[in-house]
Amino acid sequence: MSPLLRALIHRLVASVVVLIGVSMLMFAIARVIPGDPARIALGPNATEAQVQALRHERRLDQPIPLQYWAYVRELARGNLGNSLYSNRPVRVDVAQYLPATLELIFAAGMLMVLIGLPAGVLSARYRGRWGDHIGRVGSIMAVSTPAFVWGVILQLMFAYLWRLFPIEGRLTAALAPPPTVTGFVLIDSILGRDGRTFFDALHHLALPALALAMAGIGQTSRLTRASMIETYRKPFIEMAHAYGFPEWKIARRYAFRPALVPVLTILGLDIAALLGNAFLVESVFGWPGLSHYGVEVILHKDLDAIVGTVLIIAAAFLIANIVVDLLVAVVNPRIRFAGERS
Amino acid sequence: MTLVSDSAEWRAFWRNPSALTGLALVALVVLAALFADVVAPYPGHAGPVGDFAAMSAGPSAQYLLGTDTIGRDLLTRLIFAYRLSLEMAIVVLAIAAPIGVAVGLLGGYLGPAWSYALMRLTDVFLAIPPLVLAMSITGFLEPSAIHGMMAITMMWWPWYARLAYNLTRAEKQEGYVLAAETVGASTPHILFREILPNCMPAILTKMTIDVGFVILIASSMSFLGLGAQAPTPDLGSMVADGARYMPDAWWLTVFPALAILIVVMGFNLLGDGLREAADVRG
Repeated sequence: MSPLLRALIHRLVASVVVLIGVSMLMFAIARVIPGDPARIALGPNATEAQVQALRHERRLDQPIPLQYWAYVRELARGNLGNSLYSNRPVRVDVAQYLPATLELIFAAGMLMVLIGLPAGVLSARYRGRWGDHIGRVGSIMAVSTPAFVWGVILQLMFAYLWRLFPIEGRLTAALAPPPTVTGFVLIDSILGRDGRTFFDALHHLALPALALAMAGIGQTSRLTRASMIETYRKPFIEMAHAYGFPEWKIARRYAFRPALVPVLTILGLDIAALLGNAFLVESVFGWPGLSHYGVEVILHKDLDAIVGTVLIIAAAFLIANIVVDLLVAVVNPRIRFAGERS
Repeated sequence: MTLVSDSAEWRAFWRNPSALTGLALVALVVLAALFADVVAPYPGHAGPVGDFAAMSAGPSAQYLLGTDTIGRDLLTRLIFAYRLSLEMAIVVLAIAAPIGVAVGLLGGYLGPAWSYALMRLTDVFLAIPPLVLAMSITGFLEPSAIHGMMAITMMWWPWYARLAYNLTRAEKQEGYVLAAETVGASTPHILFREILPNCMPAILTKMTIDVGFVILIASSMSFLGLGAQAPTPDLGSMVADGARYMPDAWWLTVFPALAILIVVMGFNLLGDGLREAADVRG
C-alpha cells in the first residue's frame, strides 16, 4: 500500500471517529436541555395523552444511552430520523436543500481562489506601492465584516439601487426550473441544454456567492501575500535571481508553488466559515438551501432535524479537509502527509 | 518577547501605523461603551421607548445618525450595543481561553494517550462550523444574549486548546523544561509556572484579535434572531431590522454595519500589530 493511500485511510478513520463524537455531542446537548421536545412539537393545545404517545413513539421515555444506541443503529442504515417540522424523514429534507447550499459554497470557494490568490500575488509583487496598501486595507476590511453585512450591502447597491442583479431567490419565478438530476440548478440546466435557465441561475448566484466569499477573499489574499514574501526570502529564489532568470519565470516556476502550501492549509479551515456563513447569506438572499432549513428547525426545536443537519455539515467539512490535504500533498511532494495533523 | 517595558518591540509597535489605527479604533469603542450613559445623546433611547414624532428620520444635527422606526436615536443605540458586545466578548474569552489553554497544555505535555483523547475531543468541536454549533446550542435553549454567550463559549475554547497544544509541544523540547524535570519539579509547576508564561504572548495576542471575532459571531447570531432580543440594542439585530426598510431608510442598515466593521477591524489591527511587535508564533 502506498504511503499516500495509507495516510488517506488513516484520515478517513479519524474522521469517522470525529463524526461519532459529533453525533454524541449533539445528542447529549439535544437531550439534556430543559423542555419537552414532544410538547414543543405538538404545541400547547395537544392533550397529555398525545404528548405521551409521541414521547413513546420517539423513544423519548427511554434512558439517553438507549436512545443514542437506537439513533446510531438507524444512522448506520442511512436514516437520520424524522423531522417534526416538515413531517418527513430528515434525509429527504437534507437531500432537497443541500444541493443549493453546496452550489453557493462551491461558487464562493472559486471566487475566493480566483480573486484572492492573484490579489495576494500582485500585492506581494508590488509590495509597498499604493496598490499594495489599498489591497491590504481592503482585505482587512473584508475579513472584519460579517457575511450578512456584505450580503445586505451588496444587495442594497447592486440589486436595489442599480438593479443589476436580482434581489433574492435562485431562479426567476416565471422560469420553469430544469428537470432535477443533481439538484444543482447550474448543472441541471446544462444537462437540459437550457441556456436561458443557466444564465438566469448564474445571475441569481452572483451576489450571494460574492457576499459569502468576501471574508475568504480577504484572508486568502493576506495569506498569499505573506507567504509569497516569505518564499522570496528563501535562498533558492536568490539563486534563481543570481542565474538571471526572468522575473515572471521565478514567480511562476519557483515562488508560487511553495507559497501555495500554507494558503491551501488555511483554505481547508475556511470551509468551516463558508458552511457557517452560508446560513447568513441564505437568509439575506432568500436562498432555498440547507441553512434556511437549519434556521427553521432550530426555531422549531426539531431535535432530530438539528442533529441530522449538523452531522451532514460536519461530514461535509471533514470531507473537504481531506480533499484539501490531498491537494497539499500534490502541490508539495515533500509532504506525503504524516497520518494526521497535530 | 515580553509585552511590557520600553523594549524594541514596543517601539516597533508605536511606529506601526496600522497597529496605531487599531488602537485608536479600540480606544474609541471601549471608551464610548464604558461611558455610554454620559456619551450617548439620548441614554433613555436604549430601552423600550418610542418617539413617534421623530420616527425614521435621516441623519441630522439633532440625530447625528438618524432615528429608527419608532423614533429612537440610532447613535445612542449603537453605543449601548457596543457595551453589550464588549461585555459578551470579554465574558466569552475569560471562560473559553483558560479552559482551552488548560486542555492544550495537558494534551501537549502529558503522554500520547492523553494527547490523543484530548485532541480528538477538540477535533469534535472543531469539526462543526463555529456558527452552526453556536446556533444549534442556542436553538435548543431560548434565544437570548446569555444563551448566545454560553453557545459561543462552547465553540471557542477548542481554538485555544489547539494553540496551547502546538505551543506546548514546541516548548516541551526546550532546555528550561528539561531542567525543571531534572530537578524534580511537579507537573503542575512545569505546566503553569514554566511553560504557560512562555505561551502567554501568543495567547494574549489571539485574545485581542478574538474580541473582534466574538463580536462578529455574536452579531451574526443575533442577525438570525438567535441572540439578544428586543428591546436590547444589539449590532446584529439592528442590521436585520434595518434591512427590512431598505433602501429608503438606508441609515438603519449602513451605520450598524459600519459599527461592526469598526470594532472588528480595530481589534484585528491591534492584535496584528501586537503579533508583529512581539513576533509570536500561532
